[in-house]
Amino acid sequence: MDIDPDDIFRDDDDPENEFYQERDATKEMLVYLVDASPKMFSTTCLSKNEKDVSHFEVALSTILPSLKTQIINRSYDEVAICFFNTREKKNLQDLNGVYVFNVPEREDLDRPTARLIKEFDCVQESFSKQIGSKYGILPGTRDNSLYNALWAAQALLRKGSAKTADKRILLFTNEDDPFGNIKGVTKMDMMRTTIQRAKDAQDLGISIELLPLSRPDDDFNVSTFYADLLGLEGNDLAEVKALAAERFEDMKDQLRKRMFRKRKVRRINFIIANGISIELNTYAVVRPTNPGAITWLDSVTNLPIKAERSFFCSDTGALLQEPPKLFQIYKNENIMFTADELSEIKRVSTGHLHLLGFKPLSCLKDYHNLRPSTFVVPSDEEVVGSTCVFIALHRSMLRLKRFAVAFYGSSTHPQLVALVAQDEIICTRGQVEPPGMHMIYLPYSDDIRHIEELHTDTTPLAPRATEDQIMSAYSLIKRIDLKKFSVCQFANPALQRHYAVLQALALDEDEMPDVKDETLPDEEGFARPGVVKALEELKLCVYGENFEQENDAAGSGKTSEASKKRKAISDNATKEYAKHEWSDLADNGQLKELTVSELKYYLTVHNLPVTGKKEALISRILTHMGK
Amino acid sequence: MARNREGLVLVIDVGPSMHALLPEVEKVCCLLAQKKLIYGKFDEVGAVAFGTADTKNDLTVEVGGYENVTVLRDIKVVDGDLVDVLQQLPRGSVHGDFLDAIVVGMDMMIKKYRDTNKGKKRLCLITNAVTPTKDPYEGTKEDQVKTVAAQMMSHGMKMDCIVVRAKQDWDVDKKIVEENDFLLTILSNKSSSKVYVESATSLLGALRTRNISPVTIYRGDFELSSKMKIKVWVYKKTSEEKFPSLKKYSDKAPPTDKFATHEIKVDYEYRSIEDPNRVVPPEQRIKGYRYGPQVVPISSAEWDAVKFKPEKGVKLLGFTDASNVMRHYYMKDVNLFIAEPGNTKAILAISALSRAMKEMNKVAIIRCVWRQGQANVVLGVLTPNVSEKDNIPDSFYFNILPFTEDVREFQFPSFSNLPSSMQPNEGQQEAADKLVEMLDLYPAGKEEVLQPDLTPNPVLERFYRSLELKSRDPSASVPPIDVTLRKITEPDTELLDQNRAVIEEFRRAFELKENPKLKKSSRRIREKPSGSNEGDGIAGGGQAMDATEHTSEVKVEKIGDSNPVQDFEAMISRRDSPHWVSKALQSMKNKIFNLVENSFEGDTYQKAFECLIALRKGCILEQEPKQFNDFLYRLNKFCQEKHLGCFSDFLASNNVMLISKTEAPERFDLITMFDLFLRLVRLLAPHLFTKCSDIPEIEARLFPLKEEPKK
Repeated sequence: MDIDPDDIFRDDDDPENEFYQERDATKEMLVYLVDASPKMFSTTCLSKNEKDVSHFEVALSTILPSLKTQIINRSYDEVAICFFNTREKKNLQDLNGVYVFNVPEREDLDRPTARLIKEFDCVQESFSKQIGSKYGILPGTRDNSLYNALWAAQALLRKGSAKTADKRILLFTNEDDPFGNIKGVTKMDMMRTTIQRAKDAQDLGISIELLPLSRPDDDFNVSTFYADLLGLEGNDLAEVKALAAERFEDMKDQLRKRMFRKRKVRRINFIIANGISIELNTYAVVRPTNPGAITWLDSVTNLPIKAERSFFCSDTGALLQEPPKLFQIYKNENIMFTADELSEIKRVSTGHLHLLGFKPLSCLKDYHNLRPSTFVVPSDEEVVGSTCVFIALHRSMLRLKRFAVAFYGSSTHPQLVALVAQDEIICTRGQVEPPGMHMIYLPYSDDIRHIEELHTDTTPLAPRATEDQIMSAYSLIKRIDLKKFSVCQFANPALQRHYAVLQALALDEDEMPDVKDETLPDEEGFARPGVVKALEELKLCVYGENFEQENDAAGSGKTSEASKKRKAISDNATKEYAKHEWSDLADNGQLKELTVSELKYYLTVHNLPVTGKKEALISRILTHMGK
Repeated sequence: MARNREGLVLVIDVGPSMHALLPEVEKVCCLLAQKKLIYGKFDEVGAVAFGTADTKNDLTVEVGGYENVTVLRDIKVVDGDLVDVLQQLPRGSVHGDFLDAIVVGMDMMIKKYRDTNKGKKRLCLITNAVTPTKDPYEGTKEDQVKTVAAQMMSHGMKMDCIVVRAKQDWDVDKKIVEENDFLLTILSNKSSSKVYVESATSLLGALRTRNISPVTIYRGDFELSSKMKIKVWVYKKTSEEKFPSLKKYSDKAPPTDKFATHEIKVDYEYRSIEDPNRVVPPEQRIKGYRYGPQVVPISSAEWDAVKFKPEKGVKLLGFTDASNVMRHYYMKDVNLFIAEPGNTKAILAISALSRAMKEMNKVAIIRCVWRQGQANVVLGVLTPNVSEKDNIPDSFYFNILPFTEDVREFQFPSFSNLPSSMQPNEGQQEAADKLVEMLDLYPAGKEEVLQPDLTPNPVLERFYRSLELKSRDPSASVPPIDVTLRKITEPDTELLDQNRAVIEEFRRAFELKENPKLKKSSRRIREKPSGSNEGDGIAGGGQAMDATEHTSEVKVEKIGDSNPVQDFEAMISRRDSPHWVSKALQSMKNKIFNLVENSFEGDTYQKAFECLIALRKGCILEQEPKQFNDFLYRLNKFCQEKHLGCFSDFLASNNVMLISKTEAPERFDLITMFDLFLRLVRLLAPHLFTKCSDIPEIEARLFPLKEEPKK
């Protein structure tokens, strides 16, 4: 159903493409467990825009953006929202004080839907009416809402095996001592059963994370109770808050970015020399992300449609089956090839990677590139010892500053490649560059164009910058230095816009969101006096005093001639145009008696295209007149 | 169409010193013609050969001189005849003068086009430039060349010089070479390009076989800031030349219909998935985008209203250290930024920036929107391209960088965390170091091997060759990959041979074995090693044999001129009829005789030798030792009769031996062999003894011959 007619015949059948598409990967199952006790509503803290908001609102406003990104990034992950300490109850086990929030057409734990997000967005207004807040752990009753909540969450996460799914509970609360109201044996008992409940859940492979909400004057004391519940000790305990704070930020400001699970593209053999061959796995680490597959719908019913392809003989109009032969016109003859012959032609080598030799890194020029690179790492799965050989070569190549040239004999795109060793780079946040080799696809001589020589005839001796000019460029470069530049620091503005629009339309949001284009130059930075001065100096040094004039005058050598000519034509046309009574001619059908150049006067004057046959010109004129 | 037609004259040196290379020259010129037949049907091509014994050109008639320059073909629209002409270039017998030939080519061009077709006129000179040019009647050679260059420029002609510098430049006069180089440099400084090639593979890549008139993808300002702008033009620097897309063939048209296109139209019909009987007209379709499990329909009009619409322009974001932008982040094909041609100030500004960047090892990060209405911005890096030629201005390469969304943060294990069994020890590391150092594709003082700029695409070459074969015989099968191009797809046997010890050491240092736990997919495990080749001299043949097996099964029916060894191997391994073996052996013998007989100062000896080695190998494989041994005798005798003694020497110095019993045990006839040996020694030995002083060494060389019969 996803066939796009333009796509079917695309010739560049990149064999790797099929591998980029997502599949039902290992998914994450997440239960948001939100405390809805009166304390969550009564305590407030300052939000970013200096307004008092309740902790409950803070929790909701954290979950909402997180849901919105999740539906784009990892839409196959499942999620449930569960409130506890509520007046009403709604859950499978019919436990008191637990309310599982859901919308129709959706299981309690399921993929997020637009409707879920939409209704969750306004849950706060209807909260007191429909769900209500009521603290569940009171003396005199045996009710334990926290216990119930954990139990309900655990029950929600029962589906799916722990092996294929990552199951988590995110607990939002501002009550560090949930059993504060209870005393004596009952308290001990309740605490014990609750902790046991949490432990059971953890034994089932469910991880519980706490996101404590606290006020400056009333710090959330993790060690009062939750440390035991989460099984935290020592260092972990100290870090819990810092982590939680980070977590809050992360959830709010996540970039919409489709996540791909790490999957190898394919396994290849790397033949080093006679009889030495190791096994490599290839990965697509850098690939342009597209907005995702399009499903064609019938605009009347909004139901999906499928495309059916049929072949017709252009000579006879007969319906054909899939044609067996292809042809190329050559010397005015149709030369036929079968599909087998074509693939035979492309099979210039076996589907392996053949090492051809090594070259110094300086031989790899900046213009030796055609496609995104592929990352290769060794694997001992089939050939034991591959990793050892690979590491040895990797180190040698790094040390000797050399890269390997190899021939990659893939069946559709046999190509010369450069294998560039990349050492591991680690920073505090983790691995920045993984260790391995990058396979860079090299162009053939047929793919390289000699543009530099194109304009040599106009410049017998090319001007070269003087020392002074280079020096002023030098100081400019020093001024505008992006010290911390990292290759992927910019989000794709079109893609972000796409996601934002999609979200707005799906959720019926009134306003079209405004996405910031991070790729625009830093205006403030460029306005710094130092930068401005350096720019002015370079300008003065190269262009002299009258930059504006020069810049306008230069390059106009050619264009001015063309524009003069254009102007002359239009002047002439205006003059000639006046000679005819166009409307009359059109009415009497006499336009066809005029010459093409006469017709063109009309078109020129009205800024219409002047190309085409006479009939086309006439019909264009008539259309323009509205006749 | 016709506006873009190119006028091209191929000026080819066919003098004796070029003979060894002419097969490659033929190949590359044919490829050029074949490509033109598809992509430039209106282009016009002429061909001039120089170094021929004959003379045939207008100038010699009109003004005299210009000897030994033959016009093979006047400038005409490309056709099949051109391919025929280029496929069989004459073998000249005199040393030609390339200047004369260039002038003849220019004259053809001027007469044909006068002042029209400016900038679309190209001369292509292929020569090794080792023979002297004649002194002009007046003035110096330098003046003459300058006049030629000036003429060329005034007529808007360009010239590509391909100068072949083979490794074994026999007895070349250094002075002549230097003078020629100097003269060619004068020419190339004006309006042409010059490339030196050393290997046959690079020769195939050096000729620009397809002429694409480049178009700018952007013309406008490069904004350093809102106040400082430089006028630039942006072109594509690399762009993949795709495999031609063939049309689908329909055989429905009656054979009598001469105007049948035989094309096939593809039609799409859209049907509702739920109700397959309901057809949806194409304009009633609407695009749906996934949002979670739902699909949100969004019409293109809606999109247009809200989508991201960047303003056209190229803006600087800043400069950064080159090391911050790693090579593997380059996303696509490469563009070139040049200053607006003719705009001196812009050229200076680009020059200043690129030179400063190069010196400081910096790159520029820029944001580009090439056209108004482009769907997205492009973020990329400018790297300096400082020109080394005086007439070419400095420029920048532009590579596209990924956005955050495009980089997948996969984690991989650190090598240092892997178990020690996977870590190379000192000895292994040393072996790897040696391999990386010795398996060198850029040896000092030599041409860089497999330089992308000079490496042709073997697949395209094979396609066009196949097309040509099929145009002659529609049932022709796909030809095997060309021997010269096999150097691209497989390691160079010469290089491997040179480093046999290093490779052997590397192999011994590491232990590789199949994982015993895995039984399946053993298919993919190591290819069988190409086998220990008997005798060093035969190594090349052995490799080639293995390679043919996996690349192609072809039905070769005769031994051609270009790849006799390959043809022979293909023919002898044909199993569809028993005749093929004897036919192959016989044809190969004839071929060798021909080669030896028709050689000029030994230029075909190498080829003949290769054929002989292949024949020897074939005879061993087919257990026909007598055939080879008899032939070797006859060949030697033949050489003596025809006073071609130097070929016998050549064979002796290359250790070509009779086939011994160990090599062909089954069909070995001792008495015949002994008899043959005696005859051979009688024939060869006196000749050798008289020529060489070192008799013991010759005895040693003949020793294996002597020993065998005694057994």
